[in-house]
Amino acid sequence: MQSLQQDPLILGGKTFHSRFILGSGKFSLQLVRDVMTYGKCEMATIALRRANADSPENILDFLPEHLTLLPNTSGARNAEEAIRIAHLSRELGCGDFIKIEVIPDTKYLLPDNGETIRATEILANEGFHVLPYMYPDLICARHLVDAGAAAIMPLGAPIGSNKGLRTKDFIRILIDEIDLPIIVDAGIGTPSQACEAMEMGAAAVMANTAIATSDHCAMMAHAFRLAIEAGRAAYLAKLGRVLDNDAEASSPLTGFLQD
Amino acid sequence: MRKIYDPIEFQPGMKTIDSNLFDRVLDARNRNNPASYTTADAQNALQKETLSYEDFAALLSPAAEPLLEPMAQRAKAEREKNFGNNVLLFTPLYLSNFCENQCVYCGFNCQNPITRYRLNTAEMEAEMEAIAKTGMREILLLTGESRSASDPEYIAEAVRIARKYFSTIGLEVYPMNVDEYRMLCESGADFVTVFQETYDLERYKELHLAGTKRCFPYRVCAQERALMGGMRGVGFGVLLGLADFRRDMFAAGVHAAILQKKYPHAEIALSFPRLRPYKNHAEANPHDVHETQLLQMMLACRIFLPFASFTISTRERADFRDHVLPLAATKISAGVNVGIGGHKDQSAQKGDAQFEISDPRSLAEIHDAIIAQGMQPVYTDYINTNA
Repeated sequence: MQSLQQDPLILGGKTFHSRFILGSGKFSLQLVRDVMTYGKCEMATIALRRANADSPENILDFLPEHLTLLPNTSGARNAEEAIRIAHLSRELGCGDFIKIEVIPDTKYLLPDNGETIRATEILANEGFHVLPYMYPDLICARHLVDAGAAAIMPLGAPIGSNKGLRTKDFIRILIDEIDLPIIVDAGIGTPSQACEAMEMGAAAVMANTAIATSDHCAMMAHAFRLAIEAGRAAYLAKLGRVLDNDAEASSPLTGFLQD
Repeated sequence: MRKIYDPIEFQPGMKTIDSNLFDRVLDARNRNNPASYTTADAQNALQKETLSYEDFAALLSPAAEPLLEPMAQRAKAEREKNFGNNVLLFTPLYLSNFCENQCVYCGFNCQNPITRYRLNTAEMEAEMEAIAKTGMREILLLTGESRSASDPEYIAEAVRIARKYFSTIGLEVYPMNVDEYRMLCESGADFVTVFQETYDLERYKELHLAGTKRCFPYRVCAQERALMGGMRGVGFGVLLGLADFRRDMFAAGVHAAILQKKYPHAEIALSFPRLRPYKNHAEANPHDVHETQLLQMMLACRIFLPFASFTISTRERADFRDHVLPLAATKISAGVNVGIGGHKDQSAQKGDAQFEISDPRSLAEIHDAIIAQGMQPVYTDYINTNA
């Protein structure tokens, strides 16, 4: 039997055994370490805008050392701002991973795919491992592949909404058509939704609000880990036939065949 | 003798912009009648995922007061969704208390015999250095509304110095033209807040007797000019209690919503200062804003504008401030000194304050109070990529 240990996730040339990426932006920093331990996370996002100044309560002081940082460019409203934030991330020694977030809308926090493609191309050429956050659009995802993205991070629902896989059909298209890891980011509200994304073939799931707003963050992180592992195992095992909406018609359509 | 302008007349130097904002805000405000809503309207509004202007008005109305608890539950959920448990910290720095206006409710009124002072460059820097040493990384620079005592170049100089010490710089100064906002933005300012005080034109006229602040439409359009000048975000507010506070709050919320729709990248902020009701007042005044009404205003705004940043004023007592953080407010000032000078050396304060504060806690005390309720103090939330 293929074990999950033999099923690593490879991003930017680095091997990960966890497919649960933690978003860290909505937590008490005191809880982050516990959440990562119970969630067995190996990668966490950090908002550079929270980590850039030499200020009290800097998230960089609270993260476990073995963790791979996925700095994000939140706060950027166009490609230029995202690129400047990425450069700052390198200067701060946050590594070569960068999650591009270009969000020119303060109400729904929806990403600008066009500017994201532009920023991805420039930063990938500079040697960053770029993980772009995007609205799940196949054509834009293809452009992101051409631009040199290391993975694609489509949103499941608006950030913070905990609504689950509202864009499921479009994420499925990305999983089927794009030869890069598809990491579902934003909107995942429950472990069962994370499990569903993994069953479909998502390479990983990112979650933040769902864990940060629960009463027991560490326990919820544990639940997400189990759900993500369950979904991944189900995907690898290949789902059996699920009798859902394709019940057989009572009079066969192929009964006219004679020889 | 100064010329007393009509409040809707632009004064020399005030430039117009091509916008229908003023008419839209005033039209919405004039059609709003808080007494016309029922508790059922408010209940209905609470069931909706996104609120119309009518729904917002219902939650602000007297009929919604019995729904304070369910409103608090909904507001708390919206706050968590959008901001998690983060609480942003900032401190105001008053640069100058010279003012050319005669606003009858204000301590800086040019006819009040207070001690006036404006910090010089070295004093500004000393104050900022002292504030930054406490760990604070966001500063709000304020002046009285006097172009002669604190012209745009004086404010720009303060902004340039502040960039050395702070990651985020807000301004709360007199309304300006687009080119002046642009100059301040290029100097490093991020946010501009302008309090309309009241959106009731007749009341505005009675309260603002003379000075540039008397011009009502120029003030209403200040946030839009600031955004046109490149500012990242803008703040709104009324002084609750000057007029019908429910209609004023409605107008401020609609004003913010209209601008966010027109400038979707703009960060929107609201503040909630109030005039405190007189104690032992024999008759209850319907315009009095007690804590119940203040909380209702904040909750209704949180539900209507779930994405906006809300500041809770130091005019409120510590316990009230702490309790509204998980429900509605996202930003709190700490280590506040509203006089001119005095951050570096309290005894060296050189100019009098605009108002009295009710929460004198230091940054360290407020930090600990935030942690104690399981929330996360945030000192820096922004990178100015132009700086």
